[in-house]
Amino acid sequence: MTTALRVPPTQGFGRRISTALLLRPKLLLALLLLPPLLWLGVIYLGSMLALLIQSFFSIDEFSGMIQRSLTLRTYGELLRPAHLDIILRTAAMAAAVTLASAVLAFPIAYYMARYASGRAKTVFYLAVMLPLWSSYLVRVYAWKLILAKEGIVTWIAAELGVENWLEALLSIPVIGGAALSVSYIGTFTVFVYIWLPFMILPIQAALERVPQSMIEASADLGAPPHRTFRNVILPLAFPGVVAGSIFTFSLTLGDYIIPQIIGSSRLFLGQVVYIQQGTAGNIPLAAAFCVVPIVVMSIYLSAAKRLGAFDAL
Amino acid sequence: MRSDAAKRKAPRALSIAAIAGLLFLHLPLALILLYAFSTEDASYEFPPPGLTLRWFAVAWDRQDIWDAIALSLRVAASSTLIAMLLGSLAAAAMSRTRFFGRESISLLIILPIALPGILTGISLRSAFNLGGISFSVWTIMLGHATFCVVMVYNNVVARFRRMPSSWIEASMDLGADGFQTFRHVVLPNIATALLVGGMLAFALSFDEVIVTTFTAGQQTTLPIWMLTELVRPRQRPVTNVVAVFVIAVTFAPLVVAQLLARRTEGTSESGLR
Repeated sequence: MTTALRVPPTQGFGRRISTALLLRPKLLLALLLLPPLLWLGVIYLGSMLALLIQSFFSIDEFSGMIQRSLTLRTYGELLRPAHLDIILRTAAMAAAVTLASAVLAFPIAYYMARYASGRAKTVFYLAVMLPLWSSYLVRVYAWKLILAKEGIVTWIAAELGVENWLEALLSIPVIGGAALSVSYIGTFTVFVYIWLPFMILPIQAALERVPQSMIEASADLGAPPHRTFRNVILPLAFPGVVAGSIFTFSLTLGDYIIPQIIGSSRLFLGQVVYIQQGTAGNIPLAAAFCVVPIVVMSIYLSAAKRLGAFDAL
Repeated sequence: MRSDAAKRKAPRALSIAAIAGLLFLHLPLALILLYAFSTEDASYEFPPPGLTLRWFAVAWDRQDIWDAIALSLRVAASSTLIAMLLGSLAAAAMSRTRFFGRESISLLIILPIALPGILTGISLRSAFNLGGISFSVWTIMLGHATFCVVMVYNNVVARFRRMPSSWIEASMDLGADGFQTFRHVVLPNIATALLVGGMLAFALSFDEVIVTTFTAGQQTTLPIWMLTELVRPRQRPVTNVVAVFVIAVTFAPLVVAQLLARRTEGTSESGLR
């Protein structure tokens, strides 16, 4: 072994390159960063910027041709009542989904972080990760089966003799509909179902980091468990909730598949973007609609950063 | 330190809420399994009027399904390879050094999954249109690789941070050059992280539908096939069978990836016990 070490270093081409790079760490750094930066910077950011520029173009109402001169007309169109309705409806749905996910996710995350250990913890972890990574479309499809008029929800309601409750739920204006699968209640349920794991994991991570000693200290100082929960655990878990809400909010804002498969005929933002760029051929308006989630998410992200959500990711 | 967690007993309401939450996450998938055997082919009637294995045979003979699976595998394999290369390069650069603009680069890497997929999709589509690039398998891969990079990056960068830089210095001191150090010291250490990141990237690409609807021309990946069936159902039981197939195919590598990630994390922690 010692003889191997005494072999003088070969002065091959490869070694000269590696020495050169070792002596110039900045060059090495640049070489490492160049391919990923080129890819993401040119392909991704480049096309994103191209899209944003197109939002300042406008479409000629008579010929349907895109006029390539800078104008704010398309943004003016965005502020029409019908379009504003769509934006507000989407934002309201995203907020409702986020709130419901947080409420459902918290007990699961809390149990995982504070009571499950060893094998149980692995099982819980897998149980949360698997739906997150299993097929999005298949999971949406499952709800098409569940919420169909002839499906399992109706059957269970009939077995329990509570059909009239279901009727009452569906007859609520705006959120109701002919069947669960064509109502906002359905859309909302599916959104919550699909994004729930994104909320569980950051909350669990935040709760894991609450030191046991702090909870004991709170108890030693005479706080009953519910006060420890409210004054110690909840504030420390809050950044995790905010981190999770970034995902649930952003994903709901941009999704156009779920409301298309399960939902009423009133459109969400993503669907409008899809229609405007596709069949309607109005790229400037589609681009202007795209700016909405970007702006909303930038505000959201900077607020989240202030609340310390990024440390919880 | 972990053992006291087991001694504590969870309040009953909490256990019920946690278990109900998990059931909410898993029962719908179990239901699909049941429907794949249903004899009913025109509606989603529950309970199924009868059970049959027929639809598996029908699905097996459908060439369009096989074509879609083959295309999805091809796209996922290529974009995973690109993502593994770009992601580990970025991870190597970002883990050790601090430099101006570092924060913006890490933001740039996570942006494709932080922003709604529809933005990536429509931007790429309009850019391809502007550039006169026709839609093909290549444009699908290009889109997929863009958001797969972050999966590999996240896993590998975490591993790089745990690897002491003294190991690289030791290797160099012992006379290895940069390439030998990479081959014998760096690569074995990041291998499992790279593998887990690659698996996640593969799963992400295999399942992706939103960006794909924008970057595909006439090509039908498996998710696109599913989407078409969901919007305009032709043969519902066949869709059920394909859904079961997709669940089976994605669960296996995910369980492996999870166990692998857990095990390697476990070894680094087990030094304390």
